[in-house]
Amino acid sequence: MIGFATVLMFLFLGRITGISGIVGGVVKPEKEQVGWRLIFILSLMVGGALYPMLWGRDLPVELNGSWELYVIAGLIVGFGTRTGSGCTSGHGICGLSRFSPRSMVATVTFIVTAVVTHTIFSLVTG
Amino acid sequence: MEEQTSALPLSNILVIVASGVLFGLGLSVSEMVNPVRVLGFLNVLGPWDPTLIFVMGGALTVAIPGFQYAKLMHKPFLSIQFTLPGKNDLDKKLILGAVLFGVGWGLAGICPGPSLVALNSLDGRILGFVLAMLAGIFIHDRVFPG
Repeated sequence: MIGFATVLMFLFLGRITGISGIVGGVVKPEKEQVGWRLIFILSLMVGGALYPMLWGRDLPVELNGSWELYVIAGLIVGFGTRTGSGCTSGHGICGLSRFSPRSMVATVTFIVTAVVTHTIFSLVTG
Repeated sequence: MEEQTSALPLSNILVIVASGVLFGLGLSVSEMVNPVRVLGFLNVLGPWDPTLIFVMGGALTVAIPGFQYAKLMHKPFLSIQFTLPGKNDLDKKLILGAVLFGVGWGLAGICPGPSLVALNSLDGRILGFVLAMLAGIFIHDRVFPG
């Protein structure tokens, strides 16, 4: 489904479905490019809202950290995706599918960093 | 898509909505929206939960043929051109950004797409993550304009 969604956007509209890029384009509005991004973001959220109705179970969101953790992580994620021009969707799916060397390097880098971060964090916090 | 927004054709809006809803459902069905599940995938040294590999693998199985097919097309079906990232060189910014993103993702188990979908859980911590993410984007663009 995620794959179909990205292909749909690219073949019909020529757009990369990179969530950080789409959100970034709303925070820092470019002329005439805000409308489609807002529609996409709202549709994404509607997808999550429809899930419980269609699948008959709650949206599986479990959190095991404090709110401070999520705020700090959110700041780093927002800043980092702008610095690195993409996140899991833009680099990890669209970029890899285009065989983009930048995206391959970025994807390997963020997965390895995430594994290392999580491992160290788990060891420190027990 | 260049000259639009004020008058985005209905056909284009339908594609955007279909893609967005499908993406949101896909992240939900695959449990990418579940931070505990994502952290279980990142936990390679502990009890490892490899299922998210199949999420990415599944997405790529569909996306690779789609994106490669696009290389045979002169233009998208409903737009004047393919809009691709302008950068092609591997630079320090790319690596630094990917490292930062990896740190944030590894701490919380949430990346941008799932964070927006997970807002539906009405957990304030997700809202905190999303607002902080927006702030992070804003700060970045203030510090490094252009």
